[in-house]
Amino acid sequence: MWIYEKKLQYPVKVYSCNPSLAQMILEQFGGADGELSAGVRYLTQRWSMPTGEAKGILTDIGTEELAHWEIIGTIVYKLVKDATVEQIKGTPFEANYANRGKALFPQNAAGVPWTATFIQSKDDPIANLYEDMAAEQKARSTYENLIKLSDDPGVTDALKFLREREVVHFQRFGETLRIVEEYQERKKHY
Amino acid sequence: MDDKQLQLLEDIMEIGFSLVETNLYLDTHPKDERALRLHNTLAGQYQELEFLYNSKYGPLKYTGMSQFPWKYIDEPWPWEIDYSGCD
Repeated sequence: MWIYEKKLQYPVKVYSCNPSLAQMILEQFGGADGELSAGVRYLTQRWSMPTGEAKGILTDIGTEELAHWEIIGTIVYKLVKDATVEQIKGTPFEANYANRGKALFPQNAAGVPWTATFIQSKDDPIANLYEDMAAEQKARSTYENLIKLSDDPGVTDALKFLREREVVHFQRFGETLRIVEEYQERKKHY
Repeated sequence: MDDKQLQLLEDIMEIGFSLVETNLYLDTHPKDERALRLHNTLAGQYQELEFLYNSKYGPLKYTGMSQFPWKYIDEPWPWEIDYSGCD
């Protein structure tokens, strides 16, 4: 099961009102390589993992991704919470406003809703772990684009933290891949 | 949220994050004794600070005890906090 902790993993400071940037940040809220995809991907793949290390790492990184999803949602919320309709008009956020006002919805920067087709789950742990490593690299790349797009130092700071986590997760998944490969080799010999 | 409460919360967030790091590292390096010692030290500090926060401001998790009335729902929630208050 899961327990909610009433805190963010990282303090999100936002110094500006910027509906355009908010819409771009949504890429990591409900996009293919976003935090929701990452969390659901890893937590779903747990049932196909053969070792304690692999079950643990997917559980714990999957859980951390949900904390990152909360950070992303907080950035978007803070970037639009004080925006007037005049400030929203003519920005990419206007289409979201037409439908649901300032409410959050798992969609990408272009407004495409989140779908389970963004993830994969095989009963082959090697295939899953390669997918997971690729996902971390793609998310890192998205964060680098978002950092270039951000002109709010608080948002940039949070994005840099999240980018760094992708690098750490890639590292841990690489170690997990090696552990699972060794496990499968050992099984062949006995 | 006043500066004192925010400072304590940010201390908890900081140690909590260190524990995420030791957790992930230990998942793939379960026999690294030095890392495990660091994890256990941080876990002790985390428990102490969480207990202090819980008794002063209410529970961060539903498993915590609360004064009357149920303080877990007290605002602000994490996404509403102005973190620029203290550095």
